[in-house]
Amino acid sequence: MKWFSALLLLSLSLGALADGKLLATPGVSQIEGSAGGGIVPWAQLAGYASEDEWAVSGFCSRGDVKNYRLDVCGVQANIFDRIELSYAEQDFDVPALNTNIEQDISAIKVRLYGDIVYSDWPQLSVGVQHKSLQDGTVATLVGAEHTSGNDVYVAMSKLHLGALNGYNWFWNITARYSEANQIGLLGFGGNNVDKQWLLEGSSAVFLSREFALGVEFREKQNNLGLGESHWRDVFIAWLPNKSISVTAAWLDLGSIAGVDKQTGWYVSITGYF
Amino acid sequence: MKCFAYAQKLIVVLLLMMGLSACQSTPQSLYQKVGEQAGLERLVDAFINQIGQDEVIFHYFKQTNVSHFRAGFVSHLCDVLGGPCQYDGDSMVQIHTGMHINERDFNHAVDLLIAAMDEVGIAHPVQNQILAKLAPMRSEIIKI
Repeated sequence: MKWFSALLLLSLSLGALADGKLLATPGVSQIEGSAGGGIVPWAQLAGYASEDEWAVSGFCSRGDVKNYRLDVCGVQANIFDRIELSYAEQDFDVPALNTNIEQDISAIKVRLYGDIVYSDWPQLSVGVQHKSLQDGTVATLVGAEHTSGNDVYVAMSKLHLGALNGYNWFWNITARYSEANQIGLLGFGGNNVDKQWLLEGSSAVFLSREFALGVEFREKQNNLGLGESHWRDVFIAWLPNKSISVTAAWLDLGSIAGVDKQTGWYVSITGYF
Repeated sequence: MKCFAYAQKLIVVLLLMMGLSACQSTPQSLYQKVGEQAGLERLVDAFINQIGQDEVIFHYFKQTNVSHFRAGFVSHLCDVLGGPCQYDGDSMVQIHTGMHINERDFNHAVDLLIAAMDEVGIAHPVQNQILAKLAPMRSEIIKI
């Protein structure tokens, strides 16, 4: 974290400001630190760097549902709009048990093809999120096999200009190969379970240049037998310029660790340099 | 959960509203929606004005004959947006060869065009439909 913060400050002092992408096209920051929506990593890379630029960005997000709260902060680097490196720290608060679970996620995403606006086919990227729990006590207690793991994903996205009666329409589909329980906060794997391909999707309509209204879905597996549910959200993102974005969402995370009806709100802010 | 259902309904309602607003108007070409010849001239003048004040891409236009560019772009837009014109000027490839325009500067020009469209009061959905017509030309403009 310190190293990235130093990089962030260095770029600020050098005045490096990448603005080579169109407004809003990087998306926002998802809870595992990758550029995406709120819960789904998208094919776009974080920041406004075009293929001749580099960019850094930082974000903090909070998800607050009935019995739990997740705080995340992270940083992202975009190298020539080809490689995205990110690092995020999650703090999952369980007030009922008077405990919190911390997880670090280092990730890389590589753009393989395309541009969400201009290319004939959708933009295509692959990524890996390496997740590691700082203390695996809770994960082990609930039956997880590992306290760290890797999610591998393929993401595809496209922005269709004026597609909905003149309004811009965005979609992203991600396939993730994972054995993470509740994104890793409850460890990885379980009794006799294998990694699975899981489907995630997002779609949004741009009501103006600055406001996007969308929905997301994230398929989850139920390795621990605790009734882990698929995740859904409805979000509104405000991207007033190429320096900042603010996202608010309504979350429906279903059952978490056997406690159901986990709905609540989410807010996230990303700064771009 | 209730809130979630409301939000979903809100989205459906918004999408319906967008659909209906389009149904109420008689089909018009983009050329008509931007105010025909006079509207295009206002737009291109606003765009030229944006470029003239811009530090990033002005240098591409240093050798440009402004009135030639103005007439060419108006005629090209008129053609592309369904107006009664046939653009018979130089091709996009001919014009931009040797300029080595990169991704960033291209997008910057798009930003300026959007600013120009805002300035002359072109509605957001019409702006997007114009951009959708122009976007496929990018490969004939950049990195050549």
